[in-house]
Amino acid sequence: MGIANSLGRDAITTRLDAAIGWARKYSLFQYPFATACCSMEYMAVACSHYDIDRFGAGLPRWSPRQADLLMVVGTISHKLAPVLCQVYEQMCDPKWVLSFGVCATSGGFYDNYGTVQGIDSIIPVDIYVAGCPPRPEAVLDGLIKLQKKIQGERQEY
Amino acid sequence: MSLLQELSQEFGQAVLSTHARLGEETVVLQRKRLLDLIRYLKNKRGFDFLMDLTVVDRLEEVPRFQVVYHLYARETNRRLRIKVQVAAKDAHLPTLTGEYRIADWLEREAWDMYGVVFDGHPDLRRILMYEGFEGYPLRKDYPKERRQPRVGPGSTEKTAFDKTPSIADVLVLDDPDTSQAAVSSGTGIKEEIMYLNLGPSHPAMHGVVRISVALKGETVIASDVEIGYMHRCFEKEAETHSYTGVIPYTDRLNYVSPLINNVGYAMAVEKLFEVETPERCQYVRVIMSEISRITDHLTCVGAFAMELGAFTIFLYLMKSREYLYDLIEDVTGARLTTSYTRIGGLKGDLSPDFKEKCREAFRKVREDIQECDNLLSRNRIFFDRMRGVGVITPEDAISCGFTGPCLRAAGVAYDVRKAEPYLVYDRFDFEVPLGTDGDCYDRYQVRMMEMEQSMRIVEQALRNLPGGPICLDDKRMTLPPKELVYTTIEALMNHFKLIMDGHGIRPPAGEAYMPVEGGNGELGFYVVSDGTGIPARVRVRAPCFALVAGLSHLIRGRMLADVVPIFGSINMIAGELDR
Repeated sequence: MGIANSLGRDAITTRLDAAIGWARKYSLFQYPFATACCSMEYMAVACSHYDIDRFGAGLPRWSPRQADLLMVVGTISHKLAPVLCQVYEQMCDPKWVLSFGVCATSGGFYDNYGTVQGIDSIIPVDIYVAGCPPRPEAVLDGLIKLQKKIQGERQEY
Repeated sequence: MSLLQELSQEFGQAVLSTHARLGEETVVLQRKRLLDLIRYLKNKRGFDFLMDLTVVDRLEEVPRFQVVYHLYARETNRRLRIKVQVAAKDAHLPTLTGEYRIADWLEREAWDMYGVVFDGHPDLRRILMYEGFEGYPLRKDYPKERRQPRVGPGSTEKTAFDKTPSIADVLVLDDPDTSQAAVSSGTGIKEEIMYLNLGPSHPAMHGVVRISVALKGETVIASDVEIGYMHRCFEKEAETHSYTGVIPYTDRLNYVSPLINNVGYAMAVEKLFEVETPERCQYVRVIMSEISRITDHLTCVGAFAMELGAFTIFLYLMKSREYLYDLIEDVTGARLTTSYTRIGGLKGDLSPDFKEKCREAFRKVREDIQECDNLLSRNRIFFDRMRGVGVITPEDAISCGFTGPCLRAAGVAYDVRKAEPYLVYDRFDFEVPLGTDGDCYDRYQVRMMEMEQSMRIVEQALRNLPGGPICLDDKRMTLPPKELVYTTIEALMNHFKLIMDGHGIRPPAGEAYMPVEGGNGELGFYVVSDGTGIPARVRVRAPCFALVAGLSHLIRGRMLADVVPIFGSINMIAGELDR
């Protein structure tokens, strides 16, 4: 407390990890890997009614190189799986993955030869949002949970 | 003389049998005369559309496969089904690619899914599945859960990513000489053929289509469209679920207008039962279908305007769509995946204050559409990028199997709601907007005008909405009311019979093809019943499939930058494209 007192009221003290986490959680640049029905709800979340921009994740980037949040929006088939892996690998660290809807999470009610039973069998996932498709509110809730997770992480820099 | 009699006479012994059931005419034919019959029907009897081509696998029977062709004649407004039976060991048929352009992709799919070979097909390769995939997944003896992953657990070297053929191997250039390393143009600058890959992970490809193009300068000289990235095996799933269990899967075919899919599927099964739903149910189905059509067109126009840089339009139209989603949610309980219809009726009635809410929502939607029209229709940038781009002639559009707004933009007045009015569409006064040039701008205009017509239909339907039940009173398909199930043994047994495995809804053995006007065109459900509680085959004639199959034709000779508006204007919906 000694340093804080000597700095007076114009400065605050915090841990570096917490400060970086705070910056990172409010400047998420998403890459929407949108494939299926869920992308309709992704559009709803992104547009004015639900407006994901209020939570600091407003700008979708259409290149994985510029994104740090991979949103996997919809069913991933075995034909598409290698593409998803490649996109994930192209993203720079630190990066997070949000599994948008049950198809991405577990395959949903598509249990068959064509569908990957959950993207976590091919890439790591940070947060799962349930629903088929999830309501926009559920996605925002998922995003806030992810932000809490980012804030609490040990930051690499 | 009826068409069936005429064909029997004309083709004699080759016609094995003919029948007309449920108002559908069928010819069962020997393989060797197939091409003759198709040519006869096309050239002499005006069957200009090959609506669908599919296979039915009858594992226990000999011959095993039935290849089913659905033809449609626009002038005389008739349909004909042709069936050819082939054995598993000798599953060969002549190709129809010379007669109908759409046959190219339909035959590739039949080969991919069933292993039926079409002799003379120029490019018979996998379409929905990938290189390295073994077996034919829709065959009855292919287990539903047998996966062949390309990455992750269980993947083998055979299905590895790098086995995907390179663009240069796939593309066929008209003039083989141009594929040589360099071409010298008049200026002395060497022009090379450049291969470019768009997608599947590309914002304008909506995540699931890959277009490979060969460019000379900026001009597309050849292209290949790869689909199947969203193949979720709808048709295989349908063969393992009860008739009611299939309904949620139909939502997710064209997820931009799910209610139309619900209605189409339910009507196909009702056709097998030869029943008609109560009048109120039919009105409500019309209302919900038309609201769905508006959401479809709003999404389509919004998305392709955004891809051309008009982001404001996207925001406005998505806002509008929310008003309609609120309406849909009010009635069905879900915004998007509605599962609203039941065989023989509906899940529930309209909400009590639906009329007022609908009036208010339409007022706001009309405002937004007007705003969009003001901003877009005479916008120099938008107009110049749309007008004269992606032109298709009526003849080509028909040969490519185009239906819906894309066909009508080319000036062909075919709308299932007018041609073969189903439900109560014949009671409403509405127009079918037509284009003249068949370009992107016309496709945009047709969609804008159709939204107004859909709102007119809904308003008329709400004005004349009759009372009465919304479900058919039929023990074979309608669940008894819960109050009765809990108090009487008859209703309890009835409930049990409809719900339990091995019982359920059992349409009489037979087959039915039910076309409805989907957001993108003719959406047909071909349902085959063997009398059990599980469908023997559910086939979807997805309008999108034909549109995307014609994409290569549309972009050839255009500039690279035109690919985006052309692709946007055909409104590809992956769910129904790949099923």
